[in-house]
Amino acid sequence: MAKKLAIIASKGTLDWAYPPFILASTAAALDYEVQIFFTFYGLTLLKRDVDDLKVSPLGNPAMPMPVPMPNLMQMLPGMESMATLMMKQKISDKGVASIEELRSLCQEAGVKLIACQMTVDLFDFRKEDFIDGIELGGAATFFEFAGEADVSLFV
Amino acid sequence: MEFDRELDARGLNCPLPILRCKKALAEIDSGKVLKVVATDAGSVKDFQAFCKQTGNALLSFAEGGGEFTFFMRKR
Repeated sequence: MAKKLAIIASKGTLDWAYPPFILASTAAALDYEVQIFFTFYGLTLLKRDVDDLKVSPLGNPAMPMPVPMPNLMQMLPGMESMATLMMKQKISDKGVASIEELRSLCQEAGVKLIACQMTVDLFDFRKEDFIDGIELGGAATFFEFAGEADVSLFV
Repeated sequence: MEFDRELDARGLNCPLPILRCKKALAEIDSGKVLKVVATDAGSVKDFQAFCKQTGNALLSFAEGGGEFTFFMRKR
């Protein structure tokens, strides 16, 4: 029987969008059965357009910067856009896949994507906001799969 | 070494070489040999791990000029 990987994706920034999709697509390539449960800000990763995902240097002292920059400067208008632009440039320079590509590879490989119904309601999202082929479910839905999973991760 | 299909994974970073390899293997018959060329240094360990976990045989691995070449036989 195939091994199972269950992931909770709770973050919606460009950097944190990577771990769930990288791990899910790779596990699928290793013949795992995979489900990702998207909740709170993670729901953003299921939107049709993920081009506007951002990364913020604010409150993230580990983010490599070309020049050292005090926190106060990082909250100035435009800093977030600049950091995002730089990150996207790096991503393409280094041959790292885009989120959109990894996400569609996950779907092709049969990774089940589940949007948390409660947070969809909380944020007034509509199912039409999301890509096709996803399911809606609650915590019990997650545990139905995670309870039998070999690996469970919270991102 | 003789091979039945070649995959150019140069310039791609984790996890793309593995994902493309999985696809290429799906398109050849059991017992056929796939050649993969990659530039991602992490792919050396990753392809070993991939083959070990999927049961495909890693026939050989060579490094030269910043490129890593793998031959694997589909299970």
